[in-house]
Amino acid sequence: MGLTHIQDAFARAHAEGRPALMPYWTLGYPDAETSLRVIEAIARAGADLIELGVPFSDPLADGPVIQHASQVALDRGITIRKCVDLARRLREHGVSAPLLAMGYLNPLIAFGEPQYVAAWRDAGADGFIVPDLPPEESETLGSLCAAQDMALVQFTAPTSTEARIALAAARATGFIYVVAVTGVTGARDHLAAGLREYVERVKARADGKPVVVGFGISKPEHVREVGRFADGVISASALIRAAGQAPDPVQAAYEFVKALRG
Amino acid sequence: MTQQLPDPNGKFGPYGGRYVPETLMPALDDLIEAYEEFREDPSFRAEFEHLLHTYVGRPTPLTYARRLSEHLAGAQIYLKREDLAHTGAHKINNALGQALLAKRMGKQRVIAETGAGQHGVATATACALLGLQCVVYMGAIDMARQQPNVDRMRLLGAEVRSVDSGTKTLKDAVNEAIRDWVTNVRDTYYIIGSALGPHPYPLICREFQSVIGREAREQMLTQAGRLPDEVIACVGGGSNAIGIFHAFLHDPVRLVGVEAGGYGLNTGKHAARLAIPDLGFAIADSGNEQSNIETPNGKAENLNSTIHNPKSKVGVFQGMRTMVLQNDDGQIAETHSVSAGLDYAGVGPEHVYLRDLNRVEYTAATDDAALAAFHTLCRLEGIIPALESSHAVAEAIRRAPALPRNSILLINLSGRGDKDLNTVMKHAQRTG
Repeated sequence: MGLTHIQDAFARAHAEGRPALMPYWTLGYPDAETSLRVIEAIARAGADLIELGVPFSDPLADGPVIQHASQVALDRGITIRKCVDLARRLREHGVSAPLLAMGYLNPLIAFGEPQYVAAWRDAGADGFIVPDLPPEESETLGSLCAAQDMALVQFTAPTSTEARIALAAARATGFIYVVAVTGVTGARDHLAAGLREYVERVKARADGKPVVVGFGISKPEHVREVGRFADGVISASALIRAAGQAPDPVQAAYEFVKALRG
Repeated sequence: MTQQLPDPNGKFGPYGGRYVPETLMPALDDLIEAYEEFREDPSFRAEFEHLLHTYVGRPTPLTYARRLSEHLAGAQIYLKREDLAHTGAHKINNALGQALLAKRMGKQRVIAETGAGQHGVATATACALLGLQCVVYMGAIDMARQQPNVDRMRLLGAEVRSVDSGTKTLKDAVNEAIRDWVTNVRDTYYIIGSALGPHPYPLICREFQSVIGREAREQMLTQAGRLPDEVIACVGGGSNAIGIFHAFLHDPVRLVGVEAGGYGLNTGKHAARLAIPDLGFAIADSGNEQSNIETPNGKAENLNSTIHNPKSKVGVFQGMRTMVLQNDDGQIAETHSVSAGLDYAGVGPEHVYLRDLNRVEYTAATDDAALAAFHTLCRLEGIIPALESSHAVAEAIRRAPALPRNSILLINLSGRGDKDLNTVMKHAQRTG
């Protein structure tokens, strides 16, 4: 568990000559039990790591697809505690890939930062992604995570200056999340222009930490292309769009991730 | 006291700061730099002050409310007349200042959020004046209930985009504006409508609104020969309040912020983030008593069955650390107020700090008290106030009778009530 578990996942993918694949799914979407089975299917299809979306009422970094999934999950009664329980059940059901809880700051503060970190760790999760927590404000949570051997991921954006990339890289544990586009989450047809050059800039300052590209990764060819220069890829909205409304979300998610894995 | 705040990290004590996606952090850095540059730039200040004088109509008057004072038979009441500013509210001070800043920064596209539509109208106005493209995000529910302001914005050349996510009100319009800004940050300036959001917005808004307090303080000294005993202002995000309070922070003057009490603070349907301590709220809501109250829809509602026990707690919302109305799980609560401008789950971070310092006292007025104050001011003074401002009037009406005749209450009358006629007339019909 923890940071070593995350490092091992990247090392294994690297040894196989491919980027680590990190699909995202919203816990509780379309309902708690289905989300559990979907995430198990994502793991079976070959996910190297899994990002678990923790729903929030006001997800300001997310586009319409993840907003909708979060709202549906909340309307059906998902809570932080239920999210943590789902993670625990994933472990009990044999899902072994590293699990990263992606959630906004306010529910985390309401739960209590030390309690939040401890609860996810006890459930078997490996780290956290907090999109509205910039590195400047991440010291408290970062220390709590470090004390529990858990990752606190930091972001870079296309607008980040060299100094901000260096700051994110210095504070990141687990990996550096490279936001590929200037925008919110959402499927896109094409990769952003200049993505390779931007990822190389981050890698130059990454101090060996894995560099993972997310936002707009929607197709197998995106994964192949980004895999040439990044250590991993995250696919979120495209997966939720493909599987969330499908007659059989479990099967649809399995096929989508299998295809991304190639 | 807080003149030197926020600190370089944008903090007022533990509140404020910057909690936004990384994409926006460099834009906030740019904004801080540009603002620091232009606030010291004589040509920028001169242009802003010239427009305030010749376009906004500043200084706005200070009116002695003679008949209201006589009626209350206590303190003497003065009104700072922001309702007489161009576009009918104090919002234009901030919108114009920030639109000038946008233009100086070379941004051609301006976005804004709006609840009741006053900030949207003010921003659309400033953009028309300065030749900037303007897009305003507005919740679908707010668009339906504030149609005249939607028409005004469109007449002024702005594009109004309907927001259908979440509760379809102000907070969702802010989310959508932030999403637009994340996407178009390179050429777009986001004018936030109140003293909230990530640093440096609470600072910038306060500075552009502080003209209200500077004028009012001078006018009090000239017209009444002394400072008021108390200054009362309504608090939604808190821009008109911070704007008038700041000039009086170091004076022996009591400062009172009035939040939206909605149906009452023990109903779970209000927008009071500061007015009562956390504990009091928990106690008020934990009783087994069934409270059935008459809602403005005329239906008796068993509120205990619908309350999700919202509490005001320190949290992070829309870029700032502040007091936030939320449920036990940290999800942002749906708020209620008869006035759309006060109907918001968060509050400007400086207000939380001023509360902690005990420098400003925060209280709440219910919908009913605000509506009654609205009618009182109409009939006694010939002034139709905004429902937001009516909350401050209600608090003055409550306090004045117990105060000596030689004491003075100054109310910030932050806006005029033309936009609220629909709401007020509907309510008047119901109550006969």
